[in-house]
Amino acid sequence: MTIGKLKELLDAEVLCGEERLDSDIHSACGSDMMSDVLAYVKDQAVLLTGLVNSQVIRTAEMMDMICVVFVRSKRPTPEMLEIAKDSGIAVLATKMRMYEACGTLYANGLGANPTA
Amino acid sequence: MTDSLTFHFDVDGENFVSAGQASVQVKKNLRELGFPPEIIRRVSIAMYEGEINMVIHAGGGAADVDVFEDRIVIVLSDHGPGIPDIDLAMQEGYSTATDNVRSLGFGAGMGLPNMKRYTDEMRIESKVGKGTVITMCIFV
Repeated sequence: MTIGKLKELLDAEVLCGEERLDSDIHSACGSDMMSDVLAYVKDQAVLLTGLVNSQVIRTAEMMDMICVVFVRSKRPTPEMLEIAKDSGIAVLATKMRMYEACGTLYANGLGANPTA
Repeated sequence: MTDSLTFHFDVDGENFVSAGQASVQVKKNLRELGFPPEIIRRVSIAMYEGEINMVIHAGGGAADVDVFEDRIVIVLSDHGPGIPDIDLAMQEGYSTATDNVRSLGFGAGMGLPNMKRYTDEMRIESKVGKGTVITMCIFV
Protein backbone atom coordinates (compact mmCIF):
# COMPACT_ATOMS: atom_id res chain seq x y z
CA MET A 1 0.00 0.00 0.00
CA THR A 2 1.03 3.64 -0.07
CA ILE A 3 1.65 5.95 2.88
CA GLY A 4 -1.48 7.78 1.75
CA LYS A 5 -3.53 4.58 2.16
CA LEU A 6 -2.00 4.04 5.61
CA LYS A 7 -3.02 7.59 6.53
CA GLU A 8 -6.57 6.86 5.47
CA LEU A 9 -6.76 3.52 7.33
CA LEU A 10 -5.43 4.99 10.57
CA ASP A 11 -7.33 8.25 10.17
CA ALA A 12 -3.94 9.84 10.72
CA GLU A 13 -2.69 13.37 10.45
CA VAL A 14 0.40 14.05 8.34
CA LEU A 15 2.86 16.15 10.35
CA CYS A 16 5.60 16.21 7.75
CA GLY A 17 6.52 14.50 4.50
CA GLU A 18 3.28 15.19 2.63
CA GLU A 19 5.24 14.62 -0.60
CA ARG A 20 5.85 10.99 0.39
CA LEU A 21 2.18 9.97 0.45
CA ASP A 22 2.51 8.18 -2.88
CA SER A 23 5.50 6.12 -1.71
CA ASP A 24 4.93 2.39 -1.55
CA ILE A 25 5.33 0.51 1.72
CA HIS A 26 5.51 -3.25 1.99
CA SER A 27 5.97 -3.92 5.69
CA ALA A 28 5.89 -2.32 9.11
CA CYS A 29 6.79 -2.88 12.73
CA GLY A 30 5.46 -1.57 16.02
CA SER A 31 7.64 -1.02 19.09
CA ASP A 32 8.42 1.38 21.89
CA MET A 33 11.88 -0.12 22.34
CA MET A 34 14.31 1.31 19.82
CA SER A 35 16.93 -1.30 20.71
CA ASP A 36 14.52 -4.01 19.56
CA VAL A 37 13.78 -2.14 16.35
CA LEU A 38 17.50 -1.98 15.67
CA ALA A 39 17.90 -5.68 16.47
CA TYR A 40 15.03 -7.34 14.69
CA VAL A 41 13.78 -5.16 11.92
CA LYS A 42 14.90 -5.72 8.37
CA ASP A 43 13.75 -3.74 5.37
CA GLN A 44 10.63 -2.54 7.05
CA ALA A 45 9.41 0.77 5.78
CA VAL A 46 7.16 1.94 8.61
CA LEU A 47 7.67 2.26 12.36
CA LEU A 48 4.65 2.60 14.63
CA THR A 49 5.51 3.78 18.12
CA GLY A 50 4.18 5.50 21.22
CA LEU A 51 7.64 6.67 22.24
CA VAL A 52 8.40 10.34 21.71
CA ASN A 53 12.01 11.49 21.51
CA SER A 54 14.44 12.37 18.76
CA GLN A 55 16.03 8.92 18.83
CA VAL A 56 12.83 7.46 17.36
CA ILE A 57 13.44 9.41 14.16
CA ARG A 58 17.17 8.62 14.21
CA THR A 59 16.42 4.91 14.64
CA ALA A 60 14.05 5.03 11.67
CA GLU A 61 16.71 6.80 9.67
CA MET A 62 19.36 4.21 10.54
CA MET A 63 16.99 1.47 9.42
CA ASP A 64 16.23 3.25 6.12
CA MET A 65 12.57 3.56 7.08
CA ILE A 66 10.47 6.12 5.25
CA CYS A 67 7.54 6.62 7.62
CA VAL A 68 7.03 6.95 11.39
CA VAL A 69 3.53 6.79 12.88
CA PHE A 70 2.92 8.01 16.43
CA VAL A 71 0.03 6.19 18.09
CA ARG A 72 -2.17 7.15 21.06
CA SER A 73 -2.28 10.80 19.96
CA LYS A 74 1.39 11.31 20.81
CA ARG A 75 2.91 14.42 19.26
CA PRO A 76 6.54 14.70 18.20
CA THR A 77 8.49 17.84 19.06
CA PRO A 78 9.32 20.45 16.39
CA GLU A 79 12.96 19.34 16.69
CA MET A 80 11.96 15.76 15.82
CA LEU A 81 10.03 16.97 12.80
CA GLU A 82 13.08 18.91 11.64
CA ILE A 83 15.22 15.76 11.83
CA ALA A 84 12.52 13.84 9.94
CA LYS A 85 12.34 16.48 7.20
CA ASP A 86 16.12 16.41 6.80
CA SER A 87 15.99 12.63 6.47
CA GLY A 88 13.01 12.53 4.11
CA ILE A 89 10.86 10.61 6.60
CA ALA A 90 7.09 11.10 6.63
CA VAL A 91 5.69 11.56 10.15
CA LEU A 92 2.05 10.80 10.95
CA ALA A 93 -0.02 10.79 14.13
CA THR A 94 -3.10 8.71 14.88
CA LYS A 95 -5.48 8.51 17.82
CA MET A 96 -5.48 4.73 17.59
CA ARG A 97 -3.64 2.68 20.17
CA MET A 98 -0.70 0.55 19.11
CA TYR A 99 -2.63 -2.74 18.96
CA GLU A 100 -5.49 -1.30 16.96
CA ALA A 101 -3.22 0.59 14.56
CA CYS A 102 -1.01 -2.44 13.87
CA GLY A 103 -4.03 -4.74 13.57
CA THR A 104 -5.75 -2.42 11.12
CA LEU A 105 -2.71 -2.23 8.86
CA TYR A 106 -2.07 -5.97 9.09
CA ALA A 107 -5.68 -6.81 8.25
CA ASN A 108 -5.40 -4.58 5.21
CA GLY A 109 -2.40 -6.41 3.82
CA LEU A 110 0.58 -4.59 5.33
CA GLY A 111 2.59 -7.49 6.73
CA ALA A 112 5.59 -7.77 8.99
CA ASN A 113 7.84 -9.39 6.44
CA PRO A 114 9.02 -7.32 3.49
CA THR A 115 9.47 -10.35 1.25
CA ALA A 116 5.95 -11.70 1.87
CA MET B 1 45.06 -0.55 -0.41
CA THR B 2 46.42 1.56 2.36
CA ASP B 3 44.78 4.86 1.52
CA SER B 4 41.83 5.60 3.69
CA LEU B 5 39.42 8.39 4.47
CA THR B 6 39.20 9.21 8.15
CA PHE B 7 36.32 10.82 10.01
CA HIS B 8 36.54 11.91 13.62
CA PHE B 9 33.65 12.85 15.90
CA ASP B 10 33.37 13.93 19.50
CA VAL B 11 30.29 12.39 21.08
CA ASP B 12 28.64 14.70 23.61
CA GLY B 13 27.76 12.71 26.70
CA GLU B 14 25.45 15.32 28.14
CA ASN B 15 22.98 15.46 25.32
CA PHE B 16 20.72 12.51 24.59
CA VAL B 17 18.87 14.49 21.92
CA SER B 18 21.96 14.92 19.77
CA ALA B 19 23.13 11.31 20.23
CA GLY B 20 23.42 9.64 16.86
CA GLN B 21 24.56 12.71 14.95
CA ALA B 22 27.94 11.17 14.17
CA SER B 23 26.27 8.05 12.79
CA VAL B 24 23.97 10.15 10.64
CA GLN B 25 26.99 11.99 9.23
CA VAL B 26 28.87 8.75 8.55
CA LYS B 27 25.81 7.36 6.82
CA LYS B 28 25.69 10.45 4.56
CA ASN B 29 29.41 10.25 3.83
CA LEU B 30 29.28 6.56 2.92
CA ARG B 31 26.29 7.20 0.68
CA GLU B 32 28.21 9.91 -1.15
CA LEU B 33 31.14 7.54 -1.52
CA GLY B 34 28.82 5.05 -3.20
CA PHE B 35 28.94 2.11 -0.78
CA PRO B 36 26.14 -0.49 -1.08
CA PRO B 37 23.04 0.31 1.04
CA GLU B 38 23.30 -2.89 3.09
CA ILE B 39 26.90 -2.09 4.09
CA ILE B 40 25.92 1.48 4.96
CA ARG B 41 23.05 0.27 7.09
CA ARG B 42 25.23 -2.19 9.01
CA VAL B 43 27.89 0.46 9.66
CA SER B 44 25.39 3.07 10.75
CA ILE B 45 23.39 0.79 13.06
CA ALA B 46 26.54 -0.56 14.76
CA MET B 47 27.94 2.92 15.18
CA TYR B 48 24.61 4.33 16.33
CA GLU B 49 24.26 1.68 19.05
CA GLY B 50 27.82 2.47 20.12
CA GLU B 51 27.12 6.18 20.22
CA ILE B 52 24.01 5.65 22.32
CA ASN B 53 26.04 3.46 24.68
CA MET B 54 28.69 6.14 25.04
CA VAL B 55 26.05 8.71 25.91
CA ILE B 56 24.05 6.62 28.38
CA HIS B 57 26.92 4.79 30.07
CA ALA B 58 30.17 6.66 29.60
CA GLY B 59 29.49 10.40 29.51
CA GLY B 60 30.46 10.63 25.85
CA GLY B 61 33.65 9.86 24.01
CA ALA B 62 35.16 9.83 20.57
CA ALA B 63 34.26 8.03 17.37
CA ASP B 64 36.78 7.47 14.59
CA VAL B 65 35.85 5.91 11.30
CA ASP B 66 38.41 4.76 8.75
CA VAL B 67 37.01 4.07 5.33
CA PHE B 68 39.04 1.78 3.07
CA GLU B 69 37.95 0.43 -0.28
CA ASP B 70 37.49 -3.06 1.12
CA ARG B 71 36.52 -2.39 4.72
CA ILE B 72 35.23 0.17 7.18
CA VAL B 73 36.72 0.35 10.66
CA ILE B 74 34.93 2.10 13.51
CA VAL B 75 36.75 2.85 16.78
CA LEU B 76 34.68 4.10 19.70
CA SER B 77 36.61 5.18 22.77
CA ASP B 78 35.43 6.59 26.06
CA HIS B 79 36.67 7.34 29.56
CA GLY B 80 33.59 5.91 31.22
CA PRO B 81 33.29 3.37 34.04
CA GLY B 82 34.45 0.41 31.91
CA ILE B 83 32.81 -2.99 31.54
CA PRO B 84 33.63 -5.36 34.44
CA ASP B 85 32.38 -8.54 32.74
CA ILE B 86 32.43 -8.37 28.94
CA ASP B 87 30.92 -11.85 28.42
CA LEU B 88 27.97 -10.87 30.57
CA ALA B 89 27.59 -7.53 28.79
CA MET B 90 27.50 -9.36 25.46
CA GLN B 91 24.45 -11.43 26.50
CA GLU B 92 21.25 -10.34 24.81
CA GLY B 93 18.92 -8.78 27.35
CA TYR B 94 21.59 -8.00 29.94
CA SER B 95 21.63 -4.30 30.73
CA THR B 96 22.82 -1.95 33.45
CA ALA B 97 20.84 0.96 32.03
CA THR B 98 18.66 2.98 34.37
CA ASP B 99 14.86 3.12 34.20
CA ASN B 100 15.24 6.60 32.80
CA VAL B 101 17.22 5.27 29.84
CA ARG B 102 14.64 2.50 29.33
CA SER B 103 11.87 5.08 29.23
CA LEU B 104 13.74 6.62 26.29
CA GLY B 105 13.49 3.37 24.33
CA PHE B 106 16.97 2.00 24.99
CA GLY B 107 18.58 -0.21 27.61
CA ALA B 108 17.02 -3.46 26.43
CA GLY B 109 20.39 -5.16 26.59
CA MET B 110 20.68 -5.30 22.82
CA GLY B 111 23.31 -2.64 22.14
CA LEU B 112 26.53 -4.67 22.23
CA PRO B 113 24.90 -7.81 20.74
CA ASN B 114 23.54 -5.66 17.90
CA MET B 115 26.97 -4.18 17.29
CA LYS B 116 28.40 -7.68 17.01
CA ARG B 117 25.49 -8.84 14.85
CA TYR B 118 25.97 -6.11 12.28
CA THR B 119 29.78 -6.18 12.05
CA ASP B 120 32.25 -8.78 10.80
CA GLU B 121 34.74 -8.25 13.61
CA MET B 122 34.38 -6.62 16.98
CA ARG B 123 36.92 -6.22 19.75
CA ILE B 124 36.22 -4.77 23.19
CA GLU B 125 39.04 -3.52 25.39
CA SER B 126 37.85 -2.23 28.72
CA LYS B 127 39.35 -1.29 32.05
CA VAL B 128 37.12 -0.67 35.02
CA GLY B 129 37.43 2.95 36.09
CA LYS B 130 39.43 3.85 32.97
CA GLY B 131 37.19 3.41 29.97
CA THR B 132 36.37 1.29 26.97
CA VAL B 133 37.60 1.05 23.40
CA ILE B 134 35.46 -0.84 20.91
CA THR B 135 36.85 -1.59 17.45
CA MET B 136 34.46 -2.83 14.80
CA CYS B 137 35.22 -3.82 11.24
CA ILE B 138 32.85 -4.36 8.34
CA PHE B 139 34.18 -5.85 5.12
CA VAL B 140 32.80 -4.43 1.91
